[in-house]
Amino acid sequence: MNENASRSGAMTKKILYINRRAPHGSGYAQEGLDVALIGAAFEQDVAMAFIDDGVFQLKKGQDTQEIGSRNFSATYRALGDYDVHRVYVERESMTRRGLDEDDLMSLVYADEEDDWQEKPLIRIVGAKEMRDIIDDHAVIFNF
Amino acid sequence: MKFAVVVNEGPYTHQASDSAYHFTRAALEAGHEVMRVFFYHDGVNNGTRLTTPPRDDRHIVDRWSELADQYELDLVLCVAAAQRRGIVDAGEQKRNRKDTNNIAPGFRISGLGQLIEAGIQSDRLIAFGD
Repeated sequence: MNENASRSGAMTKKILYINRRAPHGSGYAQEGLDVALIGAAFEQDVAMAFIDDGVFQLKKGQDTQEIGSRNFSATYRALGDYDVHRVYVERESMTRRGLDEDDLMSLVYADEEDDWQEKPLIRIVGAKEMRDIIDDHAVIFNF
Repeated sequence: MKFAVVVNEGPYTHQASDSAYHFTRAALEAGHEVMRVFFYHDGVNNGTRLTTPPRDDRHIVDRWSELADQYELDLVLCVAAAQRRGIVDAGEQKRNRKDTNNIAPGFRISGLGQLIEAGIQSDRLIAFGD
């Protein structure tokens, strides 16, 4: 198997990256984000979901200086450039953690089908809709 | 059925490595294809040949190597995760000027693209870990 096989092939699958953990305190968030960025090269139909403590990954104004770990939160802003055009955040997870939409970073992508207009990337959805979204994807990567 | 397996946790601390091994072996013995086992996060620690468990415990690393030998199984460690955690093959040793390497037989180090590709090309991607 080589990495080029799928790039040239016609196979396109719906891929969902689910992020369930807080951004700092474990390595899962950063290493999960790495997968989404690398995945752009494969030209698949890609979405991301943020559930449970994962909603903290998108919080504005993260500062890791005091804990001495890498602040990779600015990388989320690049998702739109990496062919991720759907980012779903679960409303119930946000509410339980006292977060509302204004607490999240503003992420955008340039819509090539609409004269490259910048459009918001984040959609806040209820738990029931999130279940349908997960159902609708063929490949799930869970971090 | 064409499976791909992902191992996201390190050996001995977490059952994921054991469950992934048992699943992979059972699938192969039942005549299924396992096109790749990809090790990510602390899962890369499944691939160091320096692992030396007590004699009365299972040898998780050797078990993978033996399975790879028996079934020509593709065992892939994520390069970025491996570099962070000190798992090194001959190529990485040279590139990063380390004094040794420690990758176990049957494993290879490659990029995250191998994980995405496994998700695309397999019928089912089975992940082990929390």
